[in-house]
Amino acid sequence: MRSGLQTYGRLFVAGYRRQATYRLAMVAGLCTNVVFGFIRAAILFAAIDSAGGTLAGYTAGSISAYVWLSQGLIGAIQLNGLAEIGDRVRTGDVAIDFTRPLDIQTWHLAEDLGRAAYTFLPRGLPSVLVGALTFGLVMPTTVLPYALGLISIAIGVAISFYCRYAVNICGFWLLDTRGVRTLYMVASTFLAGLYVPVALFPSWLHTLAYATPFPSILQTPVDVISGKTVGLEAVALVAMQLGWLAATCLLGRALTNAGRRKLVVQGG
Amino acid sequence: MLASRIRAQRAYRGSFALDFLGSLLVGLTEFAEVWVVFHNVDVLGGLDFHAILLLFGLSNLAFSLADMVVGHVDTLPTYVRAGTLDAFYLRPQPVLAQLMTSELQLRRLARTGVAVVSLVAGLAYNDISWGLDTVLLLVVAIGCGAAIFAGLFVCAASLQFFLINGAEFTNAFTYGGSYAASQPTSIFPGPLKLVFGYLVPVAFTAYLPTLAILDLPGPAGLPGWLAWCTPLAALWVWAVALTMWRWGTRHYQGGGG
Repeated sequence: MRSGLQTYGRLFVAGYRRQATYRLAMVAGLCTNVVFGFIRAAILFAAIDSAGGTLAGYTAGSISAYVWLSQGLIGAIQLNGLAEIGDRVRTGDVAIDFTRPLDIQTWHLAEDLGRAAYTFLPRGLPSVLVGALTFGLVMPTTVLPYALGLISIAIGVAISFYCRYAVNICGFWLLDTRGVRTLYMVASTFLAGLYVPVALFPSWLHTLAYATPFPSILQTPVDVISGKTVGLEAVALVAMQLGWLAATCLLGRALTNAGRRKLVVQGG
Repeated sequence: MLASRIRAQRAYRGSFALDFLGSLLVGLTEFAEVWVVFHNVDVLGGLDFHAILLLFGLSNLAFSLADMVVGHVDTLPTYVRAGTLDAFYLRPQPVLAQLMTSELQLRRLARTGVAVVSLVAGLAYNDISWGLDTVLLLVVAIGCGAAIFAGLFVCAASLQFFLINGAEFTNAFTYGGSYAASQPTSIFPGPLKLVFGYLVPVAFTAYLPTLAILDLPGPAGLPGWLAWCTPLAALWVWAVALTMWRWGTRHYQGGGG
């Protein structure tokens, strides 16, 4: 058991190190984050201004925090639907992966968490800093939101991984996952609250969004760490995240087992 | 060459349908963003929802037309890395022209469709005093707007001669420019107003024409009548684009290309 944990730990570090080689891509990503952050912040500031100073519980300071935190997290949560397992399934190399003593889903999770962890320094924090220096933002002054927020972010990243894993595992049945991945990317980015905060959605869309795991990937972590939701409400949101974590994990496992059976039947 | 690419795309009906659906969804979610904001407020940057329909339609139509015709220029990095760009030099047409005509992406018609619907709705719902000048302004706005975005694509492609894996840098001003173009430029703080008004002049693709068509005054520094100068903005972008392209190709050839 202990050696299993150690191995996953090493995989985490491997994922981190591999992402670290894409330094130029990180800087490029930061540039895009900043430009889009400026535009989003301008839109939402204008909206808050039109609404007379507060909108759905947000003020200019807190909506700025939402914009810059969500921009900063884009690199970590990777809503584009890509996952390495997709290539492995497509080329058939996944058959080799099944022969290894590690659990395939958990091992990819470990690597992805490492990858996500790397993005915080070059993309995450600088985005928030730029926001603070330009538009200004309001962040909590106590420790609890940050502590709970970091946990929430980690869970959010994991949920995003499990979702992308499930989408890409469908490659066992679909010849080309590109269509599903595009659909996933569009739905997840919108419902996660990357375009506009979920709190601004009309009530029916709000309900629809929370019936999916997507707000738990981005909106919840941002709301918790920015202090928009505090106390018991924040804890409840994190509990909901844990629920989605379990659900998406189990979905992935079920699909993997089904896919594995299919592989065996086809003589893989 | 174009006709064969179109035939090829229609032959793969299944994946084309999925691509088309994907593009359609992207277009719809971008509209949904605007719609959600207006679910909460009545006015944004001095424009109401009907005016925004016009703005969104103009900017997205111009962008999707440019993207359809010239968007393929973003495959330049692939050719440069593989070293196959040299093949383009052997042919009698200019390299840029070849890259532009090498692909006509029909699936992007989906976003054009969304844009046209928004534009038509915007034209119908607003109180517009129709005249020959209104029609002319529309034509100029769409045509030159598409030219502006096309020029930005070429600028982005030119930078690929200098940057390795630099495509994401340029996304900031091509897709960022498109995003900014779909907003009233009046919402931006001063420096950004200058950037999107005059440096990467996307304000000319939709916001200024919208002000002019609806007879609205603009914010300081961006009056509505500037919409008639859209061709100048397009010329500025293309002057920069072609200069950068020339630098880029010279740099490539200098490197033993």
